[in-house]
Amino acid sequence: MLKRFQTDFKVVAVENIGDYYYMLSLKHPEKLPVMLPGQFVQVQIPDSANTYLRRPISIHDFDYSAGLMHLLIRKAGHGTKLLSTIAVGESVNILYPLGNGFDIQGMGNRPLLIGGGVGVAPLYALAKEAQSQQKEVYALLGARSSKDLLCLDKFEKTTVKTEVTTEDGSLGTKGMVTNHVYMNDMLSMFTSLVVCGPMPMMRAVASIAEKAGIPCQVSLENKMACGIGACLCCVTEDKDGHNKCVCTEGPVFDSKELKW
Amino acid sequence: MVNMNINLGNGLRLANPVMTASGTFGYGYEYDDFTDVDKLGAFIVKGTTLNPREGNAYPRLAEVRQGMINAVGLQNKGVDYFCKNIYPKLSKYTHSQPIVNVSGSCIEDYVEAAKRIAELSGINAIELNISCPNVKHGGMSFGTIPEMAAKVVSEVRRAYPKHLMVKLTPNVTSIVDIAKAVSDAGADSVSLINTLLSMAINAETRRPLLSTITGGLSGACVKPIALRMVWQVANAVKIPVVGLGGISNATDAIEFIIAGASAIQIGTANFINPNVGNEVVDGIENYLSRHNLTLEELRGSLII
Repeated sequence: MLKRFQTDFKVVAVENIGDYYYMLSLKHPEKLPVMLPGQFVQVQIPDSANTYLRRPISIHDFDYSAGLMHLLIRKAGHGTKLLSTIAVGESVNILYPLGNGFDIQGMGNRPLLIGGGVGVAPLYALAKEAQSQQKEVYALLGARSSKDLLCLDKFEKTTVKTEVTTEDGSLGTKGMVTNHVYMNDMLSMFTSLVVCGPMPMMRAVASIAEKAGIPCQVSLENKMACGIGACLCCVTEDKDGHNKCVCTEGPVFDSKELKW
Repeated sequence: MVNMNINLGNGLRLANPVMTASGTFGYGYEYDDFTDVDKLGAFIVKGTTLNPREGNAYPRLAEVRQGMINAVGLQNKGVDYFCKNIYPKLSKYTHSQPIVNVSGSCIEDYVEAAKRIAELSGINAIELNISCPNVKHGGMSFGTIPEMAAKVVSEVRRAYPKHLMVKLTPNVTSIVDIAKAVSDAGADSVSLINTLLSMAINAETRRPLLSTITGGLSGACVKPIALRMVWQVANAVKIPVVGLGGISNATDAIEFIIAGASAIQIGTANFINPNVGNEVVDGIENYLSRHNLTLEELRGSLII
C-alpha cells in the first residue's frame, strides 16, 4: 500500500461544468506523493454545520511537476454543493491517496474504459497512464444527455479512441453504453473492460463481461465514514457472501469477485 | 513537566488518559500513516466476538447533523483470528496499550472469548460491550437490565483476572443503576456511553437510510448527553469512569474529566481527523500546565 497523508491543499481553481458538476483543482504545499489512477481522497468540507463526515472523491487527474490534483465532483448533496462554493486560495484538508488503483497490468493491451456520468472521473488519469504503458486505449462515455457528458473534450485531446452514448440521443449513439457496438459486435476485440458509473450500469457491464469471458474491473462508490478501513461502513458483498471493505479492499474490484 | 500517567486499577496503567474508542480505530495500525498510535494512552480494538461475524447488510451509515448513525453489526473475524493474526502485529506499540472490546450474544460466548484473550500477555484489559442483544433472552440488550448486566459481568469476572472495563449503553432508564450493578458484580471500571439508538429516513423515497432501519448515533451531537451521564455515574460509583461520546478536541475531553472521568475515549472524531487523539493528549497536557493542576485535581472538579 502506498503511504497515505493528511494535508492542507490550496484551492487554485473551481470550474463549474454545467449545473451539476465542477472541477476542483488543488495545489500541494510541497510535492505530491505517488498516487495511482483509481485511488480516492477524503475531503473535509470546510466550516459546515450540516456536513459532519468527510466526502470520498475519486482522483480525476494529477500533475506531479505542477503539484496539482484535480477532482471532478457532482453536486450530489449538501456537502458537495457547499464545497463547490469554496473560494480560490482557501485550504481544503485531504486524506489521500486511499484505496487501490486500477490494475493496469491486468487490463491487457487493448482495454475499453466505460464511464457513466461522473463515473468518468477516475478513468481520465487511467487512460493517460495506460497509454503511457503502450496500451491501445478505447473509451466509451455514457450520459443521460449531451449536457451531462463529462470530459469528452479532454478525451478527444488524447489519442484515446472515444465513443459516446446518450439516453436521449442528443450526442453519439442513442441509448445506454450497453447498446453501443463496442459492447456488442465489437466486444471480442477488447482484452478487458474497466467500468465506473451508476450501479445498474456496472451490473450490466459486469454481466456482459462475464458472459463473454472478458476480465472486468469495476470501481465502486459506497457511503463511507473513515476511508481507511476502520469503521467498516462501506462494505460490499462478495461472491462468497463475505463483506469486503470498499475503501481498503477496493474501490476497484475484479467484477468476478463480487456478488451482483 | 505534567504527569499524565493514570492508574485505572488492577494492572491497567496508562501513559495518559486518552484512548480511542472501539470500532473507530480499527486495530490501531490502520492509522499509522496519519498519527502516532504509540502516543495514545490506549487504543480499544474493534468489537471481537467468539465466532466470526459478517455484520449487517449495506447501507450501514447515515450522516446526520454533527453526527452519524451506524449499523455495522460487529463485523469481525472472531477471537481466534484476533489472537493468531492481529495480536502479534500490536507488539510494535510499546507505550500505548491495546485493549480488546469483547462482544457476545450469550454469556457463554463472552466468557469463552474473555478466557482466550486473558492468555495474551500483552493485553492488560478488556472492554466488555454489554450493549449487545442477548439471543437467549428475547434479544434484549444485556446492558439494559441491572440483573442481566450484573450476571454477564460476574461470569466474565470469574474467567478474566485482568482489568475488566464494562461499556455501558445509554439506552436505559437509569444508567446509574446499571453502573452500580456492574460495579458490584466486579467490574474494574466502566466506560460510557455507547451509541444512542436512533434512525434516519430519506423523505423523498420514504425509505430508511440504514439496512437495519435503526442504528447507533455517535459524533459531536451526543456529547451533552454523554457528559451528563458520565457526571451522574462518576458521582454514584467508586470505580474509575472512562468517558466517551462526541469528544472532538481537548476541551471536550477536559470537560469529561471535570465531570468525573478518570480517562476518556475518542470515537467518531477519528474518522474526521485521524490525528485527533495525539492533539487531545497535547491539549490536556497544555491545559494542566496552564492551570497548574494535576490530572487528579482536575478529575471531578466541577464547581457547583
